[in-house]
Amino acid sequence: MVGIVIVSHSQKLAEGVVELARMMAAEAPIAAAGGLDDGNFGTSYEKISAAIESVYSADGVAVLMDMGSAVMTTEMVLEDLERDNVKMLDCPLVEGAVLAAVESVGGISLDALTERIAEARAVKKLDN
Amino acid sequence: MTDSKQIIAIVEAVANKIEAEKDFLTQLDNEIGDGDHGINLARGFKAVQAKLPTLADKDIGAILKGVGMELVSTVGGASGPLYGTAFMKAGNVTKGKLELTDAEFASAIDAAINGVKMRGKAVEGEKTMLDALCPAYKALKDGLDAGKTLVDALADGVTAAQNGVEFTKTIIATKGRASYLKERSLGHQDPGATSSLFMLQCALEVLREA
Repeated sequence: MVGIVIVSHSQKLAEGVVELARMMAAEAPIAAAGGLDDGNFGTSYEKISAAIESVYSADGVAVLMDMGSAVMTTEMVLEDLERDNVKMLDCPLVEGAVLAAVESVGGISLDALTERIAEARAVKKLDN
Repeated sequence: MTDSKQIIAIVEAVANKIEAEKDFLTQLDNEIGDGDHGINLARGFKAVQAKLPTLADKDIGAILKGVGMELVSTVGGASGPLYGTAFMKAGNVTKGKLELTDAEFASAIDAAINGVKMRGKAVEGEKTMLDALCPAYKALKDGLDAGKTLVDALADGVTAAQNGVEFTKTIIATKGRASYLKERSLGHQDPGATSSLFMLQCALEVLREA
């Protein structure tokens, strides 16, 4: 199964998104990397690296980020990691995480997930 | 010529300056951002300061790279990857060097700025640190090309950076957290441009003493 990492400035937000995704896909390998080591707001290079390692398998890992430094710090982790099968996905964090978790349990490949996740951006909550 | 001792002294001066201006930078960031710029940078440079003794006998490339890596792992906000990349890129072009010619000093600054552009996917005019850094580099380069000493050219660079910080008050942010505020970001000076100015001022002060 494709591993999933949720990167956020907020530890609570990252853990909350993981919790929400697990409600739909309890078996999904998904990890939170939120906040700094001391619990403060921010994004941590070490936490992101550790979260990726914790859900890594040959199937790869999809990393979802909130904004700003979450994106830039993840970018640096991936550059140093130099693994083709660990990718950042561009999508709304909550919708993307739920979709990724469900698809991961369904056995999707990382490449297929990358395409599928683009749909999370188009999902409308209201009719118009 | 700039040697590795001076580079260490510049980093040390930056760390002290950021600590001293922590509240001011945070206040600027409170106005148009998420209010963590000063706190984050001070945490990062405090960690850098603690690491400096282990870098003192290294070449300039290794010193700058070490500083960058420490910032990436300790800052926690956008300035971590941005300044971290800047120092690491400057480290790349000064690899193995114990001294920098004035042209090499300017090239290191150029590499740092390109690192910020690459990491932030940003250009000048978006109300970011680049609005201080880009004009500063241009003035520095022009000064050196015109035959000025490094100190005089860098003094021009600092003046240009000061003007750049003032300029950020007149433009709407289109990158970073402040971009969410749109026209409400007008009238406020950019915290990132301000911390960049502080770093250039520190470099100038150290080189002037030499």
